[in-house]
Amino acid sequence: MEITVTIKKQTLVVSLRGELDHHTSKEVKNMIEEVIKNKNVKNLVLDFSHLSFMDSSGIGVVIGRYKLIHSIGGRMAIACATRPVSKILAMSGINRLIEMYDSVDTATTKLQEEIS
Amino acid sequence: MNNSMKMEFLSLSQNEKFARTAVASFVAQLNPTLDEIEDIKASVSEAVTNAIVHGYADSVGIVYITCDLKDGEAIITVKDTGCGIEDVSLARTPLYTGAQNSERSGLGFTVMETFTDEIDVTSAPGEGTTITLTKRISTHAPESE
Repeated sequence: MEITVTIKKQTLVVSLRGELDHHTSKEVKNMIEEVIKNKNVKNLVLDFSHLSFMDSSGIGVVIGRYKLIHSIGGRMAIACATRPVSKILAMSGINRLIEMYDSVDTATTKLQEEIS
Repeated sequence: MNNSMKMEFLSLSQNEKFARTAVASFVAQLNPTLDEIEDIKASVSEAVTNAIVHGYADSVGIVYITCDLKDGEAIITVKDTGCGIEDVSLARTPLYTGAQNSERSGLGFTVMETFTDEIDVTSAPGEGTTITLTKRISTHAPESE
């Protein structure tokens, strides 16, 4: 799993390249929590444009991060989910809870509108 | 043409990707759609993760997989000889997880039920679990006589 982290104002953008399953979920979870703990971050965008696979372990990661961001008064969005990932997200119903966008820039802008 | 394969590997999480990729590659000879391949990968991933996380929770064991291709169907079994499931019906309840202190979503069986045509779970405490998944491949054309 390749994880790229960028921070735009108070929004953390985490881009995942690879497959999100039980094996890789711990690494993703730890990386996000470390950044949120150490940086002044309020919102989270998960960029799934290069995520080719996700199973229910990935749903666990998304729900866990949603709870964390919610607890600090922030908002969370998912950007550019690929077809297999969209299918799992839709099945879980998480797409009714978390905002979904077709570009990282749009997601970031929408979340930041709430801050300013 | 009917075909079958079997494989076994240690219940290590790094083998989850290997397992779903290997099964999907084997089923590819039935000429499935991309959606069907994705469904199989997700379902096998869940069954294998179940064996690793729940079956062999505190140990490393062997995960056994068979895949039979018959009359346009892929019949996949994922078996462990771990702790077994006390209440299969409860385990299959959406959002239920036996790993309370983890971040499991409790959707593993829901994924398998949604993305396959049939699922059978045989389990007994102390004797392990066998999950049988059946996926019909829509593009399969019956062989001519």
